[in-house]
Amino acid sequence: MKQVSTKSEDSASVAEPPPPPAPRRGGRTYEEIEAVNSKQRKVKLAVGTVGLVVSLYVVVTVFQALALFADDIPRLLQGVIAVIAGVGGAALLFYFINMVVEGFPRRFSEGVIPYAFLLPAMLLIGVMLIYPTVQTINFSFADADSEVYVGLQNYIDVFQDPDFQESIFNNILWLIIVPAVTVVIGVVVAVLADNLSTNGEKISKSFIFVPMAISFVGAAAIWSLIYQYDPPGDTQTGLLNAIWVGLGNLVGASVEPVAWLSVSTFSLNDILLMVIVIWLQAGFSMILLSSAIKGVPEETIEAARIDGANEFQIFRQVVIPQIRGTMITVFITVLIMVLKIFDIVYVTTNGRDGTNVIANLFFQEIFRTGDNGIASAIVVILLIAVMPVLIYQVRHFRREETER
Amino acid sequence: MSANTEGGRKRSWFSILTMTFLCLLWTVPTLGLLVSSFRPRIDIERNGWWTALFNFFDTTWTTSNYSNVLTQKDMAGSFVNSIVVAVPATILPIMFAAFAAYAFTFMSFRGKDVLFVLIVALMVVPIQAAFVPLLTLLGPDGLDINGEYLAVWILHTGFGMPLAIYTIRNYMSTLPRTVIESAKIDGATHFQTFWRLIVPMSVPVLAAFAILQFLWVWNDLLIALLFLGSGDKSTVIVNLASLLGTQGQGAELLTAGAFISMLVPLLVFFGLQRYFVRGLTAGAVKG
Repeated sequence: MKQVSTKSEDSASVAEPPPPPAPRRGGRTYEEIEAVNSKQRKVKLAVGTVGLVVSLYVVVTVFQALALFADDIPRLLQGVIAVIAGVGGAALLFYFINMVVEGFPRRFSEGVIPYAFLLPAMLLIGVMLIYPTVQTINFSFADADSEVYVGLQNYIDVFQDPDFQESIFNNILWLIIVPAVTVVIGVVVAVLADNLSTNGEKISKSFIFVPMAISFVGAAAIWSLIYQYDPPGDTQTGLLNAIWVGLGNLVGASVEPVAWLSVSTFSLNDILLMVIVIWLQAGFSMILLSSAIKGVPEETIEAARIDGANEFQIFRQVVIPQIRGTMITVFITVLIMVLKIFDIVYVTTNGRDGTNVIANLFFQEIFRTGDNGIASAIVVILLIAVMPVLIYQVRHFRREETER
Repeated sequence: MSANTEGGRKRSWFSILTMTFLCLLWTVPTLGLLVSSFRPRIDIERNGWWTALFNFFDTTWTTSNYSNVLTQKDMAGSFVNSIVVAVPATILPIMFAAFAAYAFTFMSFRGKDVLFVLIVALMVVPIQAAFVPLLTLLGPDGLDINGEYLAVWILHTGFGMPLAIYTIRNYMSTLPRTVIESAKIDGATHFQTFWRLIVPMSVPVLAAFAILQFLWVWNDLLIALLFLGSGDKSTVIVNLASLLGTQGQGAELLTAGAFISMLVPLLVFFGLQRYFVRGLTAGAVKG
């Protein structure tokens, strides 16, 4: 460190003949610099702490005021205030946290800075995700008002409830059908699109992809026009019934229109709801798989072709193994989504005619009975169902990290 | 049955026909909604939307469904609500997550691996697991902000955090480390390095995640329904969900309402498709 000060003197003396360089720092000893630094640190520590407290106070007050006077402030203005206070507040928060940490002795500060950067995000995750999840598990062993522990009673009740059994069955049905079909459609569309001209590929992919932007509720509205039922004798305004009755007339049989979403035979109504979700998700599947297929090296395909393999064999034995990773990613993403499928069932049938699923049952339980114990137990079962996927995800992540 | 096209690609008729068919299949439902939304109530009940399309010039077209749903069902108010909910709920998580992602990428500290594995795990946890305690925490016996925008902003920020951190960190770890090292040698603090170097370099992933989060918040039903309700603060999606239950009188408004709810996502989608695709590919898993 001493070298630094002598060096600066050296350079100052070398630069002597021409007019002296701007402010001269030379002449200070190491101790003097240290003293100045420690003084600066103390200032930083003080200003940072004050700034942190003040900015926290201001942000909290602004948001409290927003909540209190919500009805008197125009809605858009509320949004603007929230963005400014939220983003500005977060920026100030980080700025002052950083200042405080820099005010600590250097060695200590290096160790603390990472936690300062992590603190706000981890606090949010702790309060919004970890604490409530642990509490839910806790509640699942307590009574309706979460006051007395009742052991496993909630779980016993839940498993004996025919609604729950039906929901579990339906969830499993969703799990078996939707992820697999979505992956298959994704592969098929990706392969077919790959055989089109460049423009044809771009346009056709956009068509398949558009539903990705549409909400489940929007999709339910769209498909309600297809599954629409009108009494026999009326003109059928639903597309599916129009085709159904029209085909019947064509072969000369008198076919009754069907109230599609009420038909629980062979879980037909469940499957019709699944069609909506597959329609929504196919674009996602296609985009990921398409880029995977384009990543398959041409040489491997060429080699197989020289060996005399036909196109189908090439696809099955050369292409598929190389896109397996992406297929699993898509499969798991859709699987997780399907496991907690709620919106589509809630807005179409609300679980009537044997279409209930766990997430919808949970929602009904919160509002219908307000029983925290039962509702929590249902969610914990959902949580347990996710565990294998969770473990797979973590392992997969670990593997990728070591390969990095 | 294949011939080479300009780009040396093989064109097969089978592919062309099947893809055309699939594209039709994927478009017809939305087309039906669009056509229906411009038809008067009497016509909707009299015949299917395709009848109007085949007799395009003999059909009465009207925009009254749109004006009615905007005023009678206050879809206009809901539209404002959705914007007020979605914009802060998109920007806030990015802000917090970017700092955390920086720490996970460029700093070393005790417990780093454990914390990050926790984040990977939390991405998969269904958000329903948090609802019962949160209803109490944000309800009248707790912070008493249930039913306010504030509640939904906080919730979306919290729930979006794991995926945001994960996605942004994955991108940041591809940035050249030498840049950070040289900034350190020049005496830049972490705060300066973050703002002046890393944030500008991370714009692609920040934009991609912003679009993903925005669409997710805009299209969300569950959180909006539970924590904002279906009163005068209802979002377009919650409003549309209640329209879906309408039978008879007013049922024709559903189609127009649905299209209004899809307007912003579709604009975002077509305007920023490149970023959207990148966001999808980057953070495939969302709990």
